[in-house]
Amino acid sequence: MAAAEPTPPPALSIKALGRDFNEATVLRGVELELAAGGSLAILGPNGAGKTTLLRIIAGLLRPSRGSLSVLGAELPRGRWQLRGRVGMLGHAPLLYRELSGRENLRFAARLHGLKDDGEGPIEALLEQVGMSRRADLRVEEMSAGMVQRLSLCRALLPQPELLLADEPLSHLDPGARRELAPLLGPAPGRTRVIVSHDPSTAQTEPGMVLGLGANGSQAFYIDSGELDLTILETLYGGGPK
Amino acid sequence: MNPELRRRTPTLRAARVILAKDLRIELRTLQSLSAMLLFSLTTFVLFRYGLDRTSLEGSLASGVLLMTILFAAVLGIGRLFVAEREQGGFDAFALAPIDGSALFYAKVTAQLIYLAILEAFALPVFAVLFLSDWSGLGALTAVLALLNLGLALIGTIVSVMATNSRARDLLTPLLLLPLLVPLMISAASAAAPLLDADGPSFAEFPKWLALLGLYDLIFGLIGWAVFDYLIED
Repeated sequence: MAAAEPTPPPALSIKALGRDFNEATVLRGVELELAAGGSLAILGPNGAGKTTLLRIIAGLLRPSRGSLSVLGAELPRGRWQLRGRVGMLGHAPLLYRELSGRENLRFAARLHGLKDDGEGPIEALLEQVGMSRRADLRVEEMSAGMVQRLSLCRALLPQPELLLADEPLSHLDPGARRELAPLLGPAPGRTRVIVSHDPSTAQTEPGMVLGLGANGSQAFYIDSGELDLTILETLYGGGPK
Repeated sequence: MNPELRRRTPTLRAARVILAKDLRIELRTLQSLSAMLLFSLTTFVLFRYGLDRTSLEGSLASGVLLMTILFAAVLGIGRLFVAEREQGGFDAFALAPIDGSALFYAKVTAQLIYLAILEAFALPVFAVLFLSDWSGLGALTAVLALLNLGLALIGTIVSVMATNSRARDLLTPLLLLPLLVPLMISAASAAAPLLDADGPSFAEFPKWLALLGLYDLIFGLIGWAVFDYLIED
């Protein structure tokens, strides 16, 4: 008789997680488990702690309470195990203004020990985001949308096992959103956590949805198929416009 | 993926990459170097006319030279982590498979290069403006080399400690200057006999050089041991 396949450990396991900044509690009681290769959309009004949660998952911020395991690494103690395995697309583009787009990506590639020649992943990614011909401009000379495209390249360059994206399409026009959405979509071996202000994104994609209330507490953690207008109205207090 | 499969970038290679990035940005903006060079030139001119002396010797000469270098270095140290703080570099390093010590080595080396360029400019200017006997300048470069290493090591540690504080512009010199007192005393004691009007004297030169080297070694070890913790949140 064949032995049963061992269940792979979850990509994310969070228990009773909380975070304070000085006297203020910005995140409380977050509990979830996400399978490897799964998708998680985080919804919530402004100030609900979405970005804080994302930074804790990335190992960039210590939780004040609770425990979390990310890609098998217990944080914050084991965050060295995450280095090189997480791609982060946050509010800050993590790009140097004085360097060109291509120089920034080469710098990131070298830090990650990747090849940075013309045949490598940099040119392929620049082509995919439509930046091949404009990547020699300095970042300080680029528009917000161009910086966003470049930042996406930087996040995807090391082929991360876990992609964390905070409002990844925020500075883009509708055409660019359609163009770049597939890059942020599901990919083999990649777990995704995406913060969004747009509930329709969470509704249309398969995966799990975490709702954070205005006081930073967990409002729901459900399958995206269960997300409906009533739940959203409760979360946003009157519903998203 | 097994964590072991995502290999760490070797520390020295990562340090070279970060250093090359820093030097490229500095070459384009000249934000640190231009300020340091201009400051040293202006200070020498102020001393020239403030002291109303066309020639300096001994401890006064070493004091003018070393204080000018010290305060010019503080300008550069204050800007060491500006790009990382303002443009998210600390997050990028925390996500990359590198040791924090790579950032330490890169910043120390960058500061050493800035100080070497500063002194390549400031020392001849100082000699022309103030010195009648230049025979001690060769030995003086050894003192400056060890002083530079101390300034770079201590400056990098203090700068990263202060970088996330809102009062960093105040905090950097307040933390830095007391730590530099033993280094400056040793450097001034080694340099003063080299700038005597009667020619350089080397009687206590090895002792002060050894003290400078020891202080550098201590802060090199401290930086290597604690830098990873200093760049955590």
